[in-house]
Amino acid sequence: MQRTRLYATHVAMGARMVDFAGWELPVQYPSGPTAEHHAVRNAAGLFDIDHMGQFELRGPDAEAFLQLVQVYDVAAMQPYDAHYSLLTYADGTIVDDIFLYRLPERWLVVVNAANRAKDLAWLQAHLNGFQVTLDDISDTTYMLALQGPKAEAILQRLTPADLASMPARTARETTLDGVPVLLGRTGYTGEDGFEIYAPDAQAEHLWQRILEAGADDGLLACGLAARDSLRFEACLPLYGHEIDAATNPLEARLGWVIDWGHDFIGREALLKVRLEEPQRLLIGFEMLDRAVPRQGYPIAVDGEVVGHVTTGMKSPTLDKFLGLGYVPRQHSKLGTELEILVRGTPRRARVVRRPFYKPRYKG
Amino acid sequence: MADYQLDSNAKYARTHEWVRIEDGLAVVGISDAAQDMLSDVVYVELPQEGDEVEAGQEVAVVESVKAAEDVIAPVSGKVVAVNRALEDKPELVNEQPYQAWFFKLEPTAALEEELAQLMSPEEYDRFVDEESH
Repeated sequence: MQRTRLYATHVAMGARMVDFAGWELPVQYPSGPTAEHHAVRNAAGLFDIDHMGQFELRGPDAEAFLQLVQVYDVAAMQPYDAHYSLLTYADGTIVDDIFLYRLPERWLVVVNAANRAKDLAWLQAHLNGFQVTLDDISDTTYMLALQGPKAEAILQRLTPADLASMPARTARETTLDGVPVLLGRTGYTGEDGFEIYAPDAQAEHLWQRILEAGADDGLLACGLAARDSLRFEACLPLYGHEIDAATNPLEARLGWVIDWGHDFIGREALLKVRLEEPQRLLIGFEMLDRAVPRQGYPIAVDGEVVGHVTTGMKSPTLDKFLGLGYVPRQHSKLGTELEILVRGTPRRARVVRRPFYKPRYKG
Repeated sequence: MADYQLDSNAKYARTHEWVRIEDGLAVVGISDAAQDMLSDVVYVELPQEGDEVEAGQEVAVVESVKAAEDVIAPVSGKVVAVNRALEDKPELVNEQPYQAWFFKLEPTAALEEELAQLMSPEEYDRFVDEESH
């Protein structure tokens, strides 16, 4: 089991630690996941996300290489632009979802902890013929996320960069309390906020300084449970739940990420899916009967199992029992009534619009 | 010793339910240690009044942000009351675990024998302490 540099700090703060993708990480602090969730929606939350992997790409062919291995048109990115994207297999299914940063002399690719080794091997397997150096810098780059409507005000106290002039999905190289960092106005909660890339040795210092800077604003340290409920409400997919190696981006409703105008691995297969239309689709649903839908529960229509829940919970912001899941396309229309088999008992649900919570990114 | 609150008037099951005898009825809830392990409670599924239940039987479900856990009858009896307040305010289970009862049972003749199988607050405290290591 791997531990982040902040492990002892989390334990000292009273965090409950759990195994996540081979990492021992805080699932919650004493305030509890519901309070942490509301802190991010209404004030701010600080997350230790160092388990995520970071790869650096350099070299004259880095852009051409990235065009091949992921679905977004990176040629359209300016230096300091950031964008969400997908790595896809030749059959169109998903290797991982990633975040890309274009920087003046290099690219940064941020990947899921559970997929780090797999993604690295996948990228390396396609390097042949490209003048690119690919480095896994995960162990020397620490990653924190500060998310919520007060994130900008809190971080502004620690940095000379003018954060107000920084739109969503852009980055700056600056300092934070004197520590050189890369700041991305990105995140995974549906709120405005920042992801912070800092030298590993400065993690503790930055963690404490950010918590101090936001102490009067309602800033809370947040764990994995709040991270999951936040991304769920905003309908941001989680690898292993909504997306995986058996799922394609179109059925996962991630077609908007794909730029069809460049050649990439999986393009032919996905063009075919687009032409024939996906046979199943990811839907959002609301429980009509009171019950908690959970991952793996079967979804039925007229007593026949047609799909399964990928994520479900009581939404803290909307105060409703909501879920995401796959159903055949003919059952995916808004308003369609479904049954969720909750520990074997059918409970009524209805297809509703996604996302459940409209993200509030800064334009 | 564990840091959890105990109800000195209750007896405890290994599955973390407490039971108190009040006005001849067996009142059942889950312990402070149990609610803490569960984390934030978001939903409670209660039995029907009139249900006949056996000690050891799953009678209710408590769902937290983490998982669904069965609530098991510590003694046998007939359900004569359920705590409807938990349907609208499941967080009461976290806030006041020894007030937030789930159901009341009219016990059977086996009550004394069944209570003798359960743990005292001190025994339960040691049990939680050992279980958490």
